[in-house]
Amino acid sequence: MGVTGPRLQSTIFEKSHPGRGGGKIPHPPKDALERLPAAARRAAPPALPQLNELEMVRHYVNLSQLNFAIDTGFYPLGSCTMKFNPKVNEWAARLPGFAGLHPLAPDATAQGTLQILWELQEILAEISGMAAVSLQPAAGAQGELTGILMIRAYHRSRGDHDRKEVLVPDSSHGTNPATASMAGFRTITVPSAPDGGVDVDAFRAALGPRTAAVMITNPSTLGLFESRIGELLEAVHAAGALAYMDGANLNAILGRFKPGEAGFDVMHINTHKTFSTPHGGGGPGAGPVGVGPLLVPFLPAPRVLRNDDGSFRLERPGERPTSIGRLRSFVGNTGVLVRAYAYLRAHGAEGLMEVSQDAVLAANYLKSRLVGTYDIPYARHCKHEFVASAASIKRATGIRTLDIAKRLIDYGFHPPTIYFPLIVEEGMLIEPTETESVETLDAFADALITIAAEAAASPELVHDAPHTAPVRRLDEATAARQPNLRWRPMTGVETPCPD
Amino acid sequence: MPYGPHTAADRSRMLAAIGASSIDELFDDIPATLRASRLDLPAGMPELELMAHLQGLAARNRTDLASFLGAGAYRHYQPPAVDQLLLRGEWYTAYTPYQPEVSQGTLQSIYEYQSLLAELVGLDVVSASHYDGAAATAEAALMTCRATGRGRILISRAVHRHYRETLSTYLSGGDLELGEVPVVVSGPAAGTTDLAALEALLADPDHPVAGVLAGQPNFYGLLEPMAEIGRLAHAAGALFVAVIEPVSLSVLAPPGAYGADIAAGEGQSLGIPAQYGGPYLGILACTDALIRQIPGRLVGMTTDLDGQRAFVMTMRAREQDIRRERAASNICTNQALLALAASIYLATLGPHGLRDVAALGAARAAELEATLIDAGAGRLHPGPYLNEFVIRVPDARAVHQRLLERGVLAGLVLADVEPDDPALADGLLVCATEVTTSAEIARFGAALQAELGGSRWA
Amino acid sequence: MVPEDLRYTKDHEWVRLAGDEATVGITAFAAEQLGDIVFVELPASGRSLQAAATFGVVESVKAVSDLFSPLSGEVIEVNADLASQPELVNTDPFGAGWMLKLKVTDAAEADALLDPAAYDKLIAEA
Repeated sequence: MGVTGPRLQSTIFEKSHPGRGGGKIPHPPKDALERLPAAARRAAPPALPQLNELEMVRHYVNLSQLNFAIDTGFYPLGSCTMKFNPKVNEWAARLPGFAGLHPLAPDATAQGTLQILWELQEILAEISGMAAVSLQPAAGAQGELTGILMIRAYHRSRGDHDRKEVLVPDSSHGTNPATASMAGFRTITVPSAPDGGVDVDAFRAALGPRTAAVMITNPSTLGLFESRIGELLEAVHAAGALAYMDGANLNAILGRFKPGEAGFDVMHINTHKTFSTPHGGGGPGAGPVGVGPLLVPFLPAPRVLRNDDGSFRLERPGERPTSIGRLRSFVGNTGVLVRAYAYLRAHGAEGLMEVSQDAVLAANYLKSRLVGTYDIPYARHCKHEFVASAASIKRATGIRTLDIAKRLIDYGFHPPTIYFPLIVEEGMLIEPTETESVETLDAFADALITIAAEAAASPELVHDAPHTAPVRRLDEATAARQPNLRWRPMTGVETPCPD
Repeated sequence: MPYGPHTAADRSRMLAAIGASSIDELFDDIPATLRASRLDLPAGMPELELMAHLQGLAARNRTDLASFLGAGAYRHYQPPAVDQLLLRGEWYTAYTPYQPEVSQGTLQSIYEYQSLLAELVGLDVVSASHYDGAAATAEAALMTCRATGRGRILISRAVHRHYRETLSTYLSGGDLELGEVPVVVSGPAAGTTDLAALEALLADPDHPVAGVLAGQPNFYGLLEPMAEIGRLAHAAGALFVAVIEPVSLSVLAPPGAYGADIAAGEGQSLGIPAQYGGPYLGILACTDALIRQIPGRLVGMTTDLDGQRAFVMTMRAREQDIRRERAASNICTNQALLALAASIYLATLGPHGLRDVAALGAARAAELEATLIDAGAGRLHPGPYLNEFVIRVPDARAVHQRLLERGVLAGLVLADVEPDDPALADGLLVCATEVTTSAEIARFGAALQAELGGSRWA
Repeated sequence: MVPEDLRYTKDHEWVRLAGDEATVGITAFAAEQLGDIVFVELPASGRSLQAAATFGVVESVKAVSDLFSPLSGEVIEVNADLASQPELVNTDPFGAGWMLKLKVTDAAEADALLDPAAYDKLIAEA
């Protein structure tokens, strides 16, 4: 983290000195704004900070060094697929032909990007086993909303207005029930079976003429493949409902299981998980949605189409009246999709098969290293991630999963996802991904085993962790009770313009 | 696989530790009948070939044109510092700052983003980002419904059509009602929101309105009477949402100053490339009174155990991963990296640089207007604009096409966006910014003059 | 031991009945389970509540929980201090951390609630 160690930074507002900065924009004519009515004008300039470029650069470089990232170390955050982000993808997205293209550019001037988008639709349809793909959703959660709204439109198109319920397992991502609510449905939560799978009998009991859809993550958020998925999907369709697949865990099944072929009606894909587009500190993502034949008419607009002459175009406004419409402006997060395309073309069919096999291999290997030290609530082969639990350690030592997670920071690792899924006591969801070497996996396992020993021998060491991070544990209660969400002192300070 | 580390020996060692005889055995839990056939995709490409392939595709896009296209995505100067800093792996290969002890960089940058945008919009609460301007606008509308307990939204037809369509999609889920406020057809206010029509729509006692949405500048580049629209909304017990463009806020009155309760808009113009539609930056801000209604992440300042100042995601229990079906929104992944880009952009330009961007764009647009009028075009609306306006030329779509052949992208054919509005049939929405050159403007003028068969004075 | 003069729900609300007026809050056990409470959402005065219906939401740093009314009645007062001091629910759950007062419609409903011994047994097994 830099030769002198990470340093906390004062805010950029505190670094401001009136009069600094400038030299970027030519001075506009003095009368440039005079034709604007006074009532519409801003009374005083916004109190933005004023820095010279070096101070600004140091601020952001020093801040960046307070972050843990894939590029700095192992980041086994379950459910998030923190794999390597290839540098060539960043290069590709920044090619001026891609980066500079206006989203309303006429089709004839956008053929390169349109070709990428069209090919990507085809590639993702092949991977998902779906009939067609929309690239519009901006992230996985928006993909979910897209999918559920399409299901709603499907039922309505058949005159079926009584389906008001969406079934989700209790192990599901929070986005699933939140999406169902946004789309106007009531969520019915179904318990998991003791083996971690969907409780098929409970699901059957919950299914009925009011069920619009079920949302299933496969492999599940426990990292387990739903082996009874076939009979589950049959039951869903027999009840007249449709099946949504949350594609968050697609990394485990690339080339091994195609949800569309298996009978799912719609799924989303998280490009920042499976196809290595960077997570960006929280985003951006892209959430393409694939659909089976029943839902093709309802896909959001615009889709990218290929003309008879081999050229490409966007669907025109109103061209497909059955569409559920738009979820956002323009086509989609094209810059993200270019990166995903580069990743997919770099891998090809064989490479993608290797991705899933190595992701699953790494997770099972890491799990095997932790058996005997941590509880492994579901012993069977996992897919790309697995749940370990510190429940026994907590009972023996009082040390919780949260403490172990914080102690991992001292060993140079990012903690796994903790306390998710909610159904596992003191759970940690560990996803190593296919791009981590066996030496890294071993070092991480060694650290977890050492921490388990520390929990017994010197629990305070673990309880008070982290010891080496830039800050210690935070007062989150005060942050929430008296929210301080913006810097204030500069507000109202006059910053006269030097013209 | 191009990015995998494992040798055959590594894989054997791992399989032995697992106690599996083959990797296929690890997939035995997929029922045989459901196992996939192979992937029918082309073979992988070595990086050298991949780069050549991508360069070839990028070259098929025409970015050499003199472009006057805006309409919700704008070409701006991007200080090189923005992208160089963004490319640090500590920023773009981190994820959501769930572990604040090792995420202070991202957390502080988001807090600063919230603060910078709060200054620009004049409202105190700014979310850590939404997908884009359209999605943020839809979330703003849903906020007004939750806050008022009412179920009807009114949006000005002078808001970008993509935003109105997105809003319609989002509202369909909750069976909420959407009404559109017409635009004044003629006279000095042509092209702006029809206040009399708005007042009438608000007066319907059977359909109380939760929120009124209007854009500043509006889709046609015109300045709206925002304070008036806000007054009408509030008089009817509705909330007022301003759909904003952030660069303009360096010179235009901020939403907080004219009584808006919520500001939503597209942050792409703050240092983010056009890149054919995204990733962009959805801005969403509100008054303190609405803090419990705003969806998306919020970062707050607090202290650590030693009393050091530190930052953390806060009010988390509003979000989907905790509140599940009762969450206000399902948003999870956001646009954090783009919020960072916007922050670096604002910190680089400062208040005066940003003012210069807006003012120079306004000056270029005035130059463009004069040139196009000289070339024989008319203006469709007479009202004041900042840097975007509608010109009227006969047979606009054909003229646009022929100008393209002359290397000029003459803005947006409005009939392509609003095919059912006869008032816009001859309209081209054109835009200039600080990067538009006089040479480009002259080229547009000359080409248009040639197409129109000589100016009125020829 | 939990306070002897109260009745309890299995969802960890308590109620203190005085004539036809009832005071409602959540138990120390519930507050402890939730952790640092940061926000309490309460109904407006005048609202009618059915027994066992949700009347609000309590949020801690990382959890959220519905609040269920022990009895049917009309809300006559809510604890306004909780807006600025939600931590009162942690520090004094049976006292200053009370949430609302009801004018109850049927005091006999209280007979169906848990007595202190039964509630103690419930949380001992949790």
